[in-house]
Amino acid sequence: MVVAESKPVAEILEMVKDCKKVVVAGCKGCVTVCNSGGEKEVGILASELRIARKAAGNDLEVMEYTCERQCDPEYIEPLDDLAKDADAIVSIACSVGPQYVAARYPYLQVYPGLNTTFIGGSAEHGVFKEYCQACGSCIIGDFGGLCPVARCAKQLMNGPCGGSSGGKCEVGKGQIDCIWHLIYERLKNLGQLHKLEQPWGYKNWSTSREAGPRTMIREELRK
Amino acid sequence: MTLTAGSNLEKILKSGQKAVTCECGPPRGADAEHFRHKAAFLKDCADAVNVTDNQTAVVRFCSLAACTILMDMGIEPLMQMVTRDMNRIALQSNVLGAAAVGIKNLLCLTGDHNSFGDHPQSKNVHDLDSVQLLDCVRRMRDEGKMISGTEVDGRPAMFIGAAANPFADPFEFRVVRMAKKIQAGAQFIQTQCIYDMDRFSKFMEMANDMGLTEKCFIMAGITPFKSVGMANYMKKFVPGIIVPDEYITRLKGVPKDKVAEEGIKIAVEQIQQCLEMKGVAGIHLMAIEWEERAPEILKAAGLLPRPKV
Repeated sequence: MVVAESKPVAEILEMVKDCKKVVVAGCKGCVTVCNSGGEKEVGILASELRIARKAAGNDLEVMEYTCERQCDPEYIEPLDDLAKDADAIVSIACSVGPQYVAARYPYLQVYPGLNTTFIGGSAEHGVFKEYCQACGSCIIGDFGGLCPVARCAKQLMNGPCGGSSGGKCEVGKGQIDCIWHLIYERLKNLGQLHKLEQPWGYKNWSTSREAGPRTMIREELRK
Repeated sequence: MTLTAGSNLEKILKSGQKAVTCECGPPRGADAEHFRHKAAFLKDCADAVNVTDNQTAVVRFCSLAACTILMDMGIEPLMQMVTRDMNRIALQSNVLGAAAVGIKNLLCLTGDHNSFGDHPQSKNVHDLDSVQLLDCVRRMRDEGKMISGTEVDGRPAMFIGAAANPFADPFEFRVVRMAKKIQAGAQFIQTQCIYDMDRFSKFMEMANDMGLTEKCFIMAGITPFKSVGMANYMKKFVPGIIVPDEYITRLKGVPKDKVAEEGIKIAVEQIQQCLEMKGVAGIHLMAIEWEERAPEILKAAGLLPRPKV
């Protein structure tokens, strides 16, 4: 899933400081799963904004809505009624959401309520970790199913580097697993250590962001 | 003797004599005089002088410029290049430029992570890693081709080196990774600072068993302790370095004004121990901000004067 975390309320208050009426728009997709932008979080943020502005003697009217998804234009449409009276929309979807909302309402301010952090999963309750950087040509089959692009701090294709110690990466103060240590252990278990004996060639980054923003076209779905 | 670059370092190693390289880091500013001053101490001590490339991810004046200053001083440079800050376009451009101005030794590294440096908010590159850079330089030199397949107009004659850290984990893979670097193009290896002699000795045994010392010159990395604080810092905070307690006990056991001498004594012993190990082809002395003491360390270790080839 796309993992995101809430921006500090102070930052959101600063964005909406000139508004009298805003919509907080959540999303029932990934950000609901990672507890940052679902119906519950919409309610919490809306209350925080109201309370803070009331305390400042400058009431803010906050309307709440949680879209089925914010990464499909048709699911933005239900915001139309609320949007017409609002000064701004604060989207707490991943950063795709506010951009879809902005595209639908050309004359309305749209602000992001979250910082989109990474593509990942939950490691334990309340802990999320990065697993993918969407490089566009998956190579993890060569590495025991583990990704050195997203999970090695130096994106080594021929690790582990000299900073791998006790299974941990030198970056992150001992909190990050050295993915190359895990790749090594996994290939050892699989009896495939020979896969690590040859230099791994050059990664083609042209399928990644490096070639510019990407578009995927599925002709069979367009018919 | 078949030479690929014809550098002094290559000639000495290929003649079978123990080689010496020293390290000299450019300053954090444009003060070339300071750099010349430090480098002058190394002039007749080293067969080539390593010039670091923004080491520890801290901005310094660039390696290529510093190498040309060394050449003007009559010192043979060994240019270090990290893949952290440049993509394959810039890396290949710098290799070609370095060869064009007469640099003949190149050390290919990935580099310390930028989060440890003075610009932790920077974007890193890592288009290539050190193994890929080795392959890239070897290919330009031997096949006359860039990564893209484009023919180079004038091949870069480089004596190509890499780093190895016998003290990182998993230990049993360290020598395999070094073999990969050799396969990619490394003709010589400079190791991380060695303090744990037993582990280094085991590493060399594995390298000998795999036949790597027949294919590549392994130079043992030595960094003298300047103080007890430095030894403690390296033990506790520098990832991938193992400092046995016995050295810290020795440094603590002498009067304060004798600690530096004891550090030098330890370095000399370590050099001698390394040179006795089968397969060690030379010493890479990294006297960090202590270049002025390099001559006496090398002299005491019996490595001066340097041979002429």
